[in-house]
Amino acid sequence: MQLTPIQIVITVLAVALGSMITRFAPFVLFPEGKRPPEVVNYLGSVLPPVMMGLLLVYCLKSVPILSYPYGLPELISIAFIVIIHLWRKNVLLSIGCGTALYMFLVQAVFVA
Amino acid sequence: MELTRKNKFTHALSAAFPHTLPVLAGFLVLGIAYGMLMLEKGFGPEWSVLMSAVAFCGSMQFVAITLLTTVFQPVEALILSLLVNARQLFYGLSMLDKYKGFGKVKGFLIYTLCDETFSIASSVNPPEGVEPKYFYLSISLLDYLYWGFGTLLGGLLGGMMPFDMKGLDFALTALFVVLFLEQMKKKGNWIFGLIGIACALLSRVIFGAENMVLPALAIILVALLAGRKKRCN
Repeated sequence: MQLTPIQIVITVLAVALGSMITRFAPFVLFPEGKRPPEVVNYLGSVLPPVMMGLLLVYCLKSVPILSYPYGLPELISIAFIVIIHLWRKNVLLSIGCGTALYMFLVQAVFVA
Repeated sequence: MELTRKNKFTHALSAAFPHTLPVLAGFLVLGIAYGMLMLEKGFGPEWSVLMSAVAFCGSMQFVAITLLTTVFQPVEALILSLLVNARQLFYGLSMLDKYKGFGKVKGFLIYTLCDETFSIASSVNPPEGVEPKYFYLSISLLDYLYWGFGTLLGGLLGGMMPFDMKGLDFALTALFVVLFLEQMKKKGNWIFGLIGIACALLSRVIFGAENMVLPALAIILVALLAGRKKRCN
């Protein structure tokens, strides 16, 4: 653990504040039946897929591609998740199986 | 017969409980994964449960693990949380009417308005004879407790896990892959998914792994607003 307890608490509060602003804002901004501006509607409708794309890259940002194991455990596991999710369409099953495969790959197959 | 306040709540709780069963299953699994993952990164149940109780925002809590294990960056945490959770703005917009006039309870309902609670609360109506206020409160409260309980279990069990936890944090990559796929299913969304990946990759290549978030967010915003302007013209 690199952060001090105070820094952890501040980070927790920052995350909570960000989430709470988005949860409370509509109720604060539109106490009665007001309509939101078009640009806000637009961003809200397109940001979820955009942000999922960003998060996908973000959580893989430190995977070494040019050295062993060349990102293969991630690539294989993600391909597996895509296939099993398109097949069974079950969120938890896809996450569970994909994680299990990845753990197997990094613990038993691609051992450094 | 006039029911007492406590009876009304118990009545609503039993009516709401069945609706929350899928969330119970999902939140226990993911909550345990979260608690264990936090433990693996050096944060005991006191920290993971604190995060779950105070922030209560599933996927963002997974993202926040990275924020907790690198350098102190509260501004990035706040901004990333705002953008990751931006969708919640529209949950609120949808619930303005349903949550109207609930008094003190309303604050808690808004505080805990996550994806799952929203999906239930927006699609289910309280049965006849059940007070709406307590019905929605029950859904929110149950979901909130499931998540905290799952987190606690993970944090407590993690230490005695009989298996090697190496690679468990891939659960969050898997979560994002699946949620990304879910997003792609919606009509017209694929181009925006690609914009997100392209902007993030661009930022990753130019600014490096440690500094990619803020530039990526800026590029995304510019791309989206430029795209919208072009579409309007």
